[in-house]
Amino acid sequence: MKKFINNNDDFLKESLTGFGKAHSDIINVNLDPSFVSRKNKTKDGKVSLISGGGSGHEPMHGGFVGHGMLDAACPGFVFSAPTPDQMQAAAEHVDSGAGVLFIVKNYSGDIMNFEMGAEMYSGKNDSIITNDDVAVEDSTFTTGRRGVAATVLVEKIVGSLAEHSGSLDECKKLGEKVNKKAGTMGVAFTSCTVPAAGKPTFNIGNDEMEFGVGIHGEPGRKREKIQPSKTIVGNILEAILDNLKPEKNEKNLLFVNGMGGTPLTELYLVYEDACQILQSKGVEVTKSLVGNYCTSLEMQGASITLLKCDDEILKHWDAPVHTAAMRWGM
Amino acid sequence: MSVSFLISQAKSVQKVIDENSAEIEVLDQKIGDGDHIFNIQRGLKLVVELEDAIKDLPLAKALNMIAMKVLSGIGGSSGALFGTFFMTMAKSSDLDKDVDFNKACEMIISGIKSMKERGKADVGEKTMMDVLLPVSEKLNELKNESEFKPGLNEVIKIAEERMLSTKDMLATKGRASFLGERAKGHIDPGARSSQLIIDTICKSVINN
Repeated sequence: MKKFINNNDDFLKESLTGFGKAHSDIINVNLDPSFVSRKNKTKDGKVSLISGGGSGHEPMHGGFVGHGMLDAACPGFVFSAPTPDQMQAAAEHVDSGAGVLFIVKNYSGDIMNFEMGAEMYSGKNDSIITNDDVAVEDSTFTTGRRGVAATVLVEKIVGSLAEHSGSLDECKKLGEKVNKKAGTMGVAFTSCTVPAAGKPTFNIGNDEMEFGVGIHGEPGRKREKIQPSKTIVGNILEAILDNLKPEKNEKNLLFVNGMGGTPLTELYLVYEDACQILQSKGVEVTKSLVGNYCTSLEMQGASITLLKCDDEILKHWDAPVHTAAMRWGM
Repeated sequence: MSVSFLISQAKSVQKVIDENSAEIEVLDQKIGDGDHIFNIQRGLKLVVELEDAIKDLPLAKALNMIAMKVLSGIGGSSGALFGTFFMTMAKSSDLDKDVDFNKACEMIISGIKSMKERGKADVGEKTMMDVLLPVSEKLNELKNESEFKPGLNEVIKIAEERMLSTKDMLATKGRASFLGERAKGHIDPGARSSQLIIDTICKSVINN
């Protein structure tokens, strides 16, 4: 393992401290219990949005704390759900009285810990669970689909509504709508290495890729030989379109997300391939996002998310945002 | 059950889990994401380190401190589930009186019941509940027996059988559920760590 690391026990604390210093104009980092919150207090009457999850997906979620997006984020250890005391402390810190909406990715550990955090927090609160990964079959017999990159879109869009005086119920409803209208699928060329493990999470040949990989290096649909980008992108989009079935004339947001180890040049190439394929299928792309937003440590690979947009979603997507990792309009 | 019993068991379990950590890590990497063993090891280390803080406390207070330490110090599913287990045990009535075998069984049974509610998992879903729920049922049969040592040998056997039985299961809960058929052929790491914990504690009770 080659990583910038001093010792394992301090890995997260040192990284969070650096994050706090680097973005001290936007956020504060609290340690023990760990949470990232906005530098400015939540204004009265504004619903607070709190997300969180295992670390290793940076900039998700701490990088999305700031105006127009989250009020706080609770980072767990690498790939491990945060603990209930973090959620409770973050909620107590940011809630201005209008209530707290927890945004949780669909993993057993995250759900249990957020549930306990919500039970321990005495203020008004509600939760939404994201599950946009179409690589996993949705069925009443399983935990269901994984929450992955579309969580970024949910946080941005609901963040804007909260900033524009949306109520707790309205924020929850919009978040659920965005989640339902989004589909994601990823592919990995290499594994990632969890610092505590010191070795790659899975073995993969030089000429192989994991199709439908999860954001913790969990296996996906199948292991395949690598193919030209157009073929990979085509297969990913086929799975997403199968699931989302966008209408002709519907406007869409196309989000190409890097897993951490793939350069932007390749991500833009993927974006171009995806645009061409979608155009040939009559799917209109009107909004874009390309970059490393929901990563898996140093994994090479990318995911593609398609979000079907209505006017409400478009309006909140375009609204100003000012966070460490996403900034426009202000 | 006493505070010193809890501390000595935590130390023995820590030793056994450390000895088997490589195996559990590999199991988790096959069907999960590899964090389970680190979470369990971190939790055990935190509990063992509590010794000075809890050794002179009443049992209920000590259990509560263990619960909060586990809940806030581990993360992941294990932290929530084992935290819930200890929190429920701490809430048992009459902990200021002598906690005999019968009472200890009742505490463990109610702790496992609350874990089941928290995780919403049942037997047959390829999780630690495949080991814990049958063990809980057996303890319920055993709790009133005056000679419980033979019964504990059965508990050890049940835990092992049920742990092995997770190998051919499809997972419907937890991260392994995302794998579908590909989860088959691997023992669930949570079932294995739970079985090791039960094995260690039962053997220690039998030998004392």
